[in-house]
Amino acid sequence: MTVAGVDEERWEVVIGLEVHAELSTRTKLFSAATNEFGGEPNTHIDALTLGLPGSLPVLNEHAVELAIRVGLALNCEVRRSVFARKNYFYPDQPKNYQISQFDLPINAEGWLELPSGQIAGIERAHLEEDTGKSTHVGGGGRIHDAQYSLVDLNRAGVPLLEIVGKPDLRSPDEARAYVSELRAVLVAVGASDGKMEEGSMRVDCNVSVRPRGAEEFGTRCEIKNINSLRSLGRAIEYEAARQVDLITAGDRVVQETRHWNEEDGRTHTLRSKEGADDYRYFPDPDLVVLDPDPEWIERVRAALPPLPAARRAVLVDRLGATREQAALLVERELDALCLATVEAGAEPVRTLTHAEHNLSDDRARDLDPAAFASLVSMELDGELTATQAKTVLAELVEHGGDPVAIAADKGFEAMDSSELDSLVDGLIADHPDEWQRFCEGDGKITGFFVGKVMKATQGKADGKVVTGLLNARKG
Amino acid sequence: MSSDARSLAASVRSGERSAVDVLEEHLSRIDEREGDVHAFNLVTAESARAEAADVDARVAAGEDPGPLAGVPVALKDNLCTDGVPTTCSSRILEGWCPPYDATVVTRLAAAGAVAVGKTNLDEFAMGSSTENSAFGPTRNPHDLTRVPGGSSGGSAAAVAAGFSAISLGSDTGGSIRQPAALCGVVGVKPTYGLVSRLGLVAFGSSLDQIGPFTTTVADAALVCEVIGGHDPGDSTSLPQAFPSVSDHLDDGVDGLRVGIITEMMGEGISPDVAARVRAAADALAAAGATVEEVSIPALTFGLSAYYLVAPAEASSNLARYDGVRYGNRVDAPTAGEMMEATRTAGFGDEVKRRIMLGTYALSAGYYDAFYGKALKVRTLIRNDFDAAYERFDALISPTSPTTAFAFGDKTADPLQMYLNDVCTIPTNLAGHPAMSLPFGVGDDGLPVGVQVLAPALGEVAMFRVASVLESSLASSGPVAS
Repeated sequence: MTVAGVDEERWEVVIGLEVHAELSTRTKLFSAATNEFGGEPNTHIDALTLGLPGSLPVLNEHAVELAIRVGLALNCEVRRSVFARKNYFYPDQPKNYQISQFDLPINAEGWLELPSGQIAGIERAHLEEDTGKSTHVGGGGRIHDAQYSLVDLNRAGVPLLEIVGKPDLRSPDEARAYVSELRAVLVAVGASDGKMEEGSMRVDCNVSVRPRGAEEFGTRCEIKNINSLRSLGRAIEYEAARQVDLITAGDRVVQETRHWNEEDGRTHTLRSKEGADDYRYFPDPDLVVLDPDPEWIERVRAALPPLPAARRAVLVDRLGATREQAALLVERELDALCLATVEAGAEPVRTLTHAEHNLSDDRARDLDPAAFASLVSMELDGELTATQAKTVLAELVEHGGDPVAIAADKGFEAMDSSELDSLVDGLIADHPDEWQRFCEGDGKITGFFVGKVMKATQGKADGKVVTGLLNARKG
Repeated sequence: MSSDARSLAASVRSGERSAVDVLEEHLSRIDEREGDVHAFNLVTAESARAEAADVDARVAAGEDPGPLAGVPVALKDNLCTDGVPTTCSSRILEGWCPPYDATVVTRLAAAGAVAVGKTNLDEFAMGSSTENSAFGPTRNPHDLTRVPGGSSGGSAAAVAAGFSAISLGSDTGGSIRQPAALCGVVGVKPTYGLVSRLGLVAFGSSLDQIGPFTTTVADAALVCEVIGGHDPGDSTSLPQAFPSVSDHLDDGVDGLRVGIITEMMGEGISPDVAARVRAAADALAAAGATVEEVSIPALTFGLSAYYLVAPAEASSNLARYDGVRYGNRVDAPTAGEMMEATRTAGFGDEVKRRIMLGTYALSAGYYDAFYGKALKVRTLIRNDFDAAYERFDALISPTSPTTAFAFGDKTADPLQMYLNDVCTIPTNLAGHPAMSLPFGVGDDGLPVGVQVLAPALGEVAMFRVASVLESSLASSGPVAS
């Protein structure tokens, strides 16, 4: 756990994330306008999206189901909830209020298990509608000095789930791991495509610092405009260092919203909380209380797919994978393959090692477990060297087939050990100077002999075996 | 010749009269008196003639155009009409045409009604006299020096003047019942959720309810049945049809228990109005009802709670009028200044007053003391009503404290104006049904309305009481001026 630029002996960084995820529904949260990314401006709209007089919201049941899926996946309590109006004027907010959930969110009090085993608290995950998009033309692209602004309401009314994490994270790495894991969960349950670059997953980051050992949190700043995991880490590092510098210089941190600037790598004041917005929340009288039937919740729970944390646990428990392997293999969607391969008789450790190092190709997910298992057994039985096994595996991923046939086709067969003995003896006799250096302990010369053997055997020899033979002859 | 909607529809359906003929008769009355009354923001004579001709064509083809075949209807100008300007009597929406019809408008058309125009109202339905219209006040057809009441003053006046056989209004705190009383017609606010609000320009969403103005109780029942019933487009719409009230109009009140609300018979109520309510009580007792006084103390908090809840919701509902997407825009250098200039120029004083009241009531630090407390009072009123309805099937009271007042009488003091709705507001807070029907005249010879209240979904009892009062008045001879 490191935060560049911050003396970690003295300071602790506290991070809490608010993630907005666009839900993958066909239509918007409260109307039949289509929920689709992109498109000509103002084409995915209808009366409600425009905030026309007389239009009324009707809740999208599918959005509620997706919210419940996420809530259950995040170990939240799914509750009776109320939609409220958050009132503020902005040109891309068609009604000049946003329908959100305030004191009674649909999901509350959950947690997310990170690949490291760390548990990060989830305060709530509530439903709300998205705003439109403004493009400010001229004057540096900010609303205040723009010449004019263009408003696109395609995104207005798209269902969002705002997932508010507790301030349980302590480093950029933890923050990144949290967002990656959350994204994996959202994708796994089919709630969102989790694309940060398309804005379907947006991260606001609350950062504060406190002297190590202190109980109370420091004053926090909220950072917006973070568009990638990389920016998230950079923004936290910059902001933490800025706050430590302020405090060290005898100044104080002002609670405010700050804007991350990707170009200059800094955060800048967006608006100060001191003139705090008063959103005048009140229950939306156009909507009724949302009280999902417990039976419905249980049906949704029963239909949830295995989640990343559970899948990692299976790899650790059943195959003896390390945490790191489990995290990597689940992320690459290779856990099912590994389990099936071991099921088909393969030795787990070797199976996991291959999957970890030699199966980065996306097509590896479609490998035939039986073929993979047979390959692992051939290698462990000495029928293939590690190098050969890797070659055959690549071929299996590329074209499929039978590992025995592929090995035979490539002329891979186990070397007769006497053949290898005489080959090594011959090389020593032909290269006395190099042998002398090897005997004097020059490790670099080992490669010379191994290379020669490989060349002579067209790669069929096992490098480790050759090294063993050389060492045995050194005396 | 009867000009009530049922008679008109019957004659059109039977081919006895043409819808075009019925329409022309009403249009000629509009030509004659609209200049004095100013019930309409827009008369849609041309499209009405096409609709009427269509009704006639369907009758000629042997089809049934529906229970309101050829009945001219006027629509309050806060009901959306496809391609027809809908202004809410506000400068800010001047010229705006909705791309859709309100559900009630669609249902009226499907029943064969012919829309003759959009009626005047207090801007965004905020007021009790129609004096807050940006396009000038409507005058009471019974006395042109008096207000027609509000906010649905145009719709009430249109029916009272015979411009249309029926009309629709919206009632947030009495905006159908009070003008009905002042104009001497029948006006109904149904149970909240029985009539779809989709396409009604919102004022106080948790209070707003659409209802009819008619000349007879039976017409009111019919229109309610046509416009009511579930609409999936309104989340607060109840999952049921409008109770079949028409079937029970002749049931009488024998055995019904009717209460006179004590709190609405004393201070602030004009004695001649109170006398008409007592006369109504006598008529009900004579018809076999058990009638006694009932005190519902919580009702006295109604006005205060209403003037927090309704403006709070309005402050949010009216935020969308910002000049960005539709309606009038006043240009200014920045987006924020443009919104401010647009709203400053576009809204009238009463609308601004309520937006400010509501914004304040919802503000951080004040919410609990104002809006939060108002919600508690609302619950209290509902509970006290419910307790009363354990003993009574229906309640009666005056609709309005006085008969129609003169222009300018109450405009200087908003509180005096607000007090006009003291008898009607509690029903909206409770979500219950209530209606006003004419029951004689006051000392000044102007119509007095009696209000009949009932518990949620108690429309059948309410209409039974109203129907008996209507017949008792008819049998005692004409009283209205």
